[in-house]
Amino acid sequence: MTELSQIRNFSIVAHIDHGKSTLADRLIQMTGTVAERDMKAQLLDSMDIERERGITIKANTVRIEYPAKDGQTYVLNLIDTPGHVDFAYEVSRSMRAVEGSLLVVDASQGVEAQTLANVYQAIDAGHEIVPVLNKIDLPAADPDRVKENIEDVIGLDASDAIPISAKTGLGIPDVLEAIVTRLPAPKGDRNAPLKAMLVDSWYDSYLGVVVMIRVMDGVIRKGDRIKMMQTGAVYGIDKLAVLKPKMVDIPELGPGEIGVLTASIKQVRDTRVGDTITHERKPCDKPLPGFKPAQPVVFCGLFPVDANDFEALRDAIEKLALNDASFSYEMETSAALGFGFRCGFLGLLHLEVIRDRLEREYDLDLITTAPSVVFKLHMKDGEVRDLHNPADMPDLTYVDHIEEPRIKATIMVPDDYLGDILKLCQDRRGIQLNLTYAGNRAMVEYDLPLAEVVFDFYDRLKSVTKGYASFDYQLSGYREDHLVKMSILVNEEPVDALAMMVHRDRAEARGRAMVEKLKELIPRHMFKIPIQAAIGARVIARETLSAMRKDVTAKCYGGDATRKRKLLEKQKAGKKRMRQFGKVEIPQEAFISALKMDN
Amino acid sequence: MEDWRHGGFGLYLHWPFCQSKCPYCDFNSHVAARIDQGNWQNAYLQEIDRIGGETGNRVLNTVYFGGGTPSLMEGRVVGAILERIGKTWTLANDIEITLEANPGSVEAARFADYRAAGVNRVSLGVQSLRDADLRRLGRLHDAAAARDALEIAKRTFDRVSFDLIYARQDQTLSDWEAELGEALQLAAGHLSLYQLTIESGTAFGDRLAAGKLRGLPDEDLSVDFFELTQSMTEAAGIPAYEVSNHAEPGNESRHNLIYWRSGDFAGIGPGAHGRLTLNGRRIATETARNPNAWLSTVMAGRSGDSLRETLDQSQILEEFLVMGLRTSEGLDVARLSSLCGKKDFSSDFKDLEDFGLISTTPHKLMATAKGRLVLNRLIEEIATRLE
Repeated sequence: MTELSQIRNFSIVAHIDHGKSTLADRLIQMTGTVAERDMKAQLLDSMDIERERGITIKANTVRIEYPAKDGQTYVLNLIDTPGHVDFAYEVSRSMRAVEGSLLVVDASQGVEAQTLANVYQAIDAGHEIVPVLNKIDLPAADPDRVKENIEDVIGLDASDAIPISAKTGLGIPDVLEAIVTRLPAPKGDRNAPLKAMLVDSWYDSYLGVVVMIRVMDGVIRKGDRIKMMQTGAVYGIDKLAVLKPKMVDIPELGPGEIGVLTASIKQVRDTRVGDTITHERKPCDKPLPGFKPAQPVVFCGLFPVDANDFEALRDAIEKLALNDASFSYEMETSAALGFGFRCGFLGLLHLEVIRDRLEREYDLDLITTAPSVVFKLHMKDGEVRDLHNPADMPDLTYVDHIEEPRIKATIMVPDDYLGDILKLCQDRRGIQLNLTYAGNRAMVEYDLPLAEVVFDFYDRLKSVTKGYASFDYQLSGYREDHLVKMSILVNEEPVDALAMMVHRDRAEARGRAMVEKLKELIPRHMFKIPIQAAIGARVIARETLSAMRKDVTAKCYGGDATRKRKLLEKQKAGKKRMRQFGKVEIPQEAFISALKMDN
Repeated sequence: MEDWRHGGFGLYLHWPFCQSKCPYCDFNSHVAARIDQGNWQNAYLQEIDRIGGETGNRVLNTVYFGGGTPSLMEGRVVGAILERIGKTWTLANDIEITLEANPGSVEAARFADYRAAGVNRVSLGVQSLRDADLRRLGRLHDAAAARDALEIAKRTFDRVSFDLIYARQDQTLSDWEAELGEALQLAAGHLSLYQLTIESGTAFGDRLAAGKLRGLPDEDLSVDFFELTQSMTEAAGIPAYEVSNHAEPGNESRHNLIYWRSGDFAGIGPGAHGRLTLNGRRIATETARNPNAWLSTVMAGRSGDSLRETLDQSQILEEFLVMGLRTSEGLDVARLSSLCGKKDFSSDFKDLEDFGLISTTPHKLMATAKGRLVLNRLIEEIATRLE
């Protein structure tokens, strides 16, 4: 047990590539928390995908013991928060578990959109914030300008910002000292009933579900019977430990402390981030505020390329779901793609991460259908239905109106590209909310439909600004709009996997693009094939794939029988990889290309 | 009755040598400086004896000398071979004995010898009636020589056919209309009319890959060529009885019909393929393609077959479809039934019939002229549905 006054809990807020993980590594290394030979670059980002993409997906934590200049040894708990908007709720929970933040800004680049969202979360959580200017060793570093930028954009006093280079280790002792002197110690009552926050949980193949907690009040000990206040579930604690960052057993955790427990919990799904943990016998009177269950906002279908892999996909999804309660799945059957799953994600990045993991860790080839958002259908009888899959759209005569999710997007961009950004946002049915400048960088805020963002917004944004824009968003609610279901018909038959919800005004353009693309992708058949985009019974775009006119071998005699037979066997095998649509066969590749998110 | 008997039994004999290699040809043909015809004769006779040992009790319907250029064979070699064949099998009363010949003056001089040896049908590789095109196709003869050879052949043999290649580089529809019109005047009841196909591994194939083979017709023009050919031959009374073969009724190549009807045929000579039904099993045979390798194997007293493979039921069915759908007579429904174990096809191919790609009678299932144009796809479709 550690005295409250000798504990400091903090997180690091930074934009991708501004050096959050490197700084964390440096803190761990300089305090001797991890032996030099065990250091590997970016210790806390444990998943390959996290390291590759330079993002943190799951919150990680490390307990550092730091002998300060005042002669006392302090316990510093660093929670490495997820750095992406898809995980905004997780970020907000992690923030509530600590009292302060280091705001890391690249001294050559300044504040980015993503930093902004997270720093506001930290401010909301009542954090004391210490600005840190990283990459001070770079020739392009301009600390004075960046300090000004921090003050302009965030409104935070940056005069005491600490100049560092996480890469070379310059300034790291100053950071450690500032954590002790400038961040507040946690508060809490050791004698009150146990009140701890469930910060995160993950599945460990040896230990089962590991739960990370922050104790607010009271003391938690190994063997205690605990209760999850939201789920009502009761468990006995098997193991109590702190992360250094390897697990080290500890007999108890008191107020202000952060650690992990295991309690024979079977799946991560049984734990809810933000839940309050208390003792079964002597519970606290009310849970911590602000809990909300994870809510998927982006949906797509995942189908195995090879239908025989369906069971393997089911198995893989179930295993992944053990470790990720925020992603939902249910079985789906598509006439085009066979058996698969309709999956819900916190956002596009979350979708990509899960898909990458399924493909990489479970060696599956997947078809991802066009991502869709959750539309609210207001039925004429007053019922409100969630629509996750455009294929499930009911007959319009029963629907009064449709609402779609909107986001508030923040985009920061060098002013050279401002015009392109405004045009992109307007094209995507955006409503401009705000436009300000900090130096030569513009910050625009837009109200945008989420559906327009999940389509290919990121890619367009990147390409029109040559990668210089940064983008962040938060869900802002639902709004009614003129939305319609656009079906794609191949040879007069609707192809469910290609159906999508679109704004009426954009349906023609989207439909035209889709039928043109399909015309290129579907091989010619022995008959001509109309390819149409339609809203209800009304065709809004049409292309005709002409019939294959000639495909015959001129000579075929006795000596050709073997070769022709083998060719036929190959053709038949190829046909099996086609998806049958009435009389039309559509190759797998056509679906993949037509549905690719960056099309 | 064994299935092959619906098609009959023939013997194919491959002569692998040519005076020169044509740029479009992907057959097993070779140019040799010197050929010891005596050795080759002995090897063929030995193989006849071997095959005869397995099939000697059969009636032989046809013999076909293919190549290469079999008209480079000396008359006495052809004579010795046919004599041995006559001693080995019972020859059908109407046996058809075909020899492929180049329409040059040297070959024409041998026609009488072939006739005397027993050949009763020749197939002349005329290829074109236009000198410029003959040169582009790498042929050694000119149109006048071809006409002369044809005249001699018609006087010498009971039956004569000749080949033409069309849809050639820079050929227009009206060019072909005129040329085919002339050909129909010259024809003696049978014509093989092939659209030029560029095969990989040929000189044309290499030129095409290098982007240097220009003036080939696009798909639409090539369809027009095909359709023009169908209508002109039909009007002249020698309609298509197979994708590229046209005959007045009764004058079809009986040997080739054995292939298309999935009959049995023995293959002798380098690279020859055979299909033999022995002890209730259908065997695919293949010989070494290299002429010297084949010759030395056989001369050493060993079998010329480099491969003997038993075909399973689905392979037999596949070949039955691949070969049989090429003909205008189509597939025999009773045979199809027994090969795929299915009685009733009435509902399986309804849509293909609606599209005008096939037509059916209670006993036959055939590709229409429209269906034959996309035959590779059509066969694939039918084969998949019969699985």
